[in-house]
Amino acid sequence: MSDLPGGVERRAFDGSERLATRGKPHYGEPTDGGWRAWDPDRSKLGAMLELGMDTGLAGGETVLYLGAASGTTASHVADFAGPTYGVEFAARPLRDLLDAAESRGNLFPLLKDARKPETYAHVVEPVDAIVQDVATRGQATVATANAEFLRDDGRLLLAIKARSEDVTRDPADVFDDALDDLESAYEVLETERLTPHHDDHLGVVATPR
Amino acid sequence: MTEHAGWFAGIDPEDAEAAADRVRGGAADSPADWPALAVDEGFADDDAEYYERLHDATMAAARAAVHEAERADDKQLIHAVRSMDDCERTANELAERVAEWAGTRFDDAGTGVDYARELADRDEEPADPSETRLVALAERTAALADEADELRSYVEETTPSVAPNLAAMAGPVLAARLISLSSGLDSLAKQPSSTVQVLGAEDALFAHLRGSAPSPKHGVIFTHEYVRGTRPEERGSAARALAGKLTIAARVDHYSGERKPDLDAQLDERIATIRGNNGDAGAGDDDTAANSGGDDS
Repeated sequence: MSDLPGGVERRAFDGSERLATRGKPHYGEPTDGGWRAWDPDRSKLGAMLELGMDTGLAGGETVLYLGAASGTTASHVADFAGPTYGVEFAARPLRDLLDAAESRGNLFPLLKDARKPETYAHVVEPVDAIVQDVATRGQATVATANAEFLRDDGRLLLAIKARSEDVTRDPADVFDDALDDLESAYEVLETERLTPHHDDHLGVVATPR
Repeated sequence: MTEHAGWFAGIDPEDAEAAADRVRGGAADSPADWPALAVDEGFADDDAEYYERLHDATMAAARAAVHEAERADDKQLIHAVRSMDDCERTANELAERVAEWAGTRFDDAGTGVDYARELADRDEEPADPSETRLVALAERTAALADEADELRSYVEETTPSVAPNLAAMAGPVLAARLISLSSGLDSLAKQPSSTVQVLGAEDALFAHLRGSAPSPKHGVIFTHEYVRGTRPEERGSAARALAGKLTIAARVDHYSGERKPDLDAQLDERIATIRGNNGDAGAGDDDTAANSGGDDS
């Protein structure tokens, strides 16, 4: 099992070991002396860490988070990472993300479409890691379109949701196609199904070509 | 200093509004080391100050964008129509509970929201504490049903100003439901008519796509007199025709906003052809036909 990033620890909550980061609680998660539990069932990145995938995260890096939604995962990332750019397309979840960003000076909320990187390239600097969790068709295309933000030795941490691509196809086929599409911009280092935390999701760690 | 497209280019560090506008509206071909550039140019003394200013600017931009998006009238309408459905459903559930309870106490106990109203309006003093609670529950139920009615009036008043053509053709409540199901007039305007036809029948649609069921003929547009009042054999055709015109109405409403009564007339004609009796007077009187300038009835 690979090391957890600095700032992420396994701690006991109500007798069971759980991932945790330090920060202001955001979505009613259990807390313990400044630490708050990170639920892998509600967070794809949390599941990737829980399953022991080698994310290459050490803590303190610059992160571009695509699909920040209401900030469940993005808030944990901002707890252990450096400057964190949270891109979200929908206004309603962004309202909740604003609450998380209020107490986190390193979390920058952006109401932008992740399929159009030029609309936020004037704000986002080159980053050490891209975390992507967007529930839209063409998830691999989004990842390749954003590859320009990633430093040469950076990591793409991607959760592919099969049902967002095509509900009727076998998830395994959907994942194969998505990984093929990634090849143009990334070298895939590791993949793993995120079951039992998330059905029909594939966790992917990749690095720019 | 060199020309660049960074969000802080040429902006006074103290001017928060200009910075927020730039974050929202700006663009660049590719990212750059903005923090270093900003420090070089004197926009910030160091990285820490840069990130502080970036935080202020992105927070202000996001707040303004959220505010704008949520105040749009179609979003208010969506909340209203969903609340209306919630109130109606809850009132009905509570009315069932009231009827259950009342059945144990009164021989003449009735059912439904009407009975709850009757019980709530009773003058008699409650015989015991449990009857007090029962009557109080009936009062809540009646109040909730009243709120549902108020919300329905609000939806009926508001929809025509948000989507005049759609409201005229579908009736204000169905129009609001369609907008609600696709989460906004803008996204409804971008749907193909085949999607509009089955909005609200997602379960049946996905069962069909999985191969285990026939394709649904209609979703929520079934409540329209033109679908419901058409013979079952012709309902698929009627639903298709109605969805086609509703889609056009939504697009006109979103992109121009001008009222076009011709659309209603075209639909009336098409439905008459499908029903095969051009003299059909349209027996329906449901609310979906209300407000229709070109209604044939």
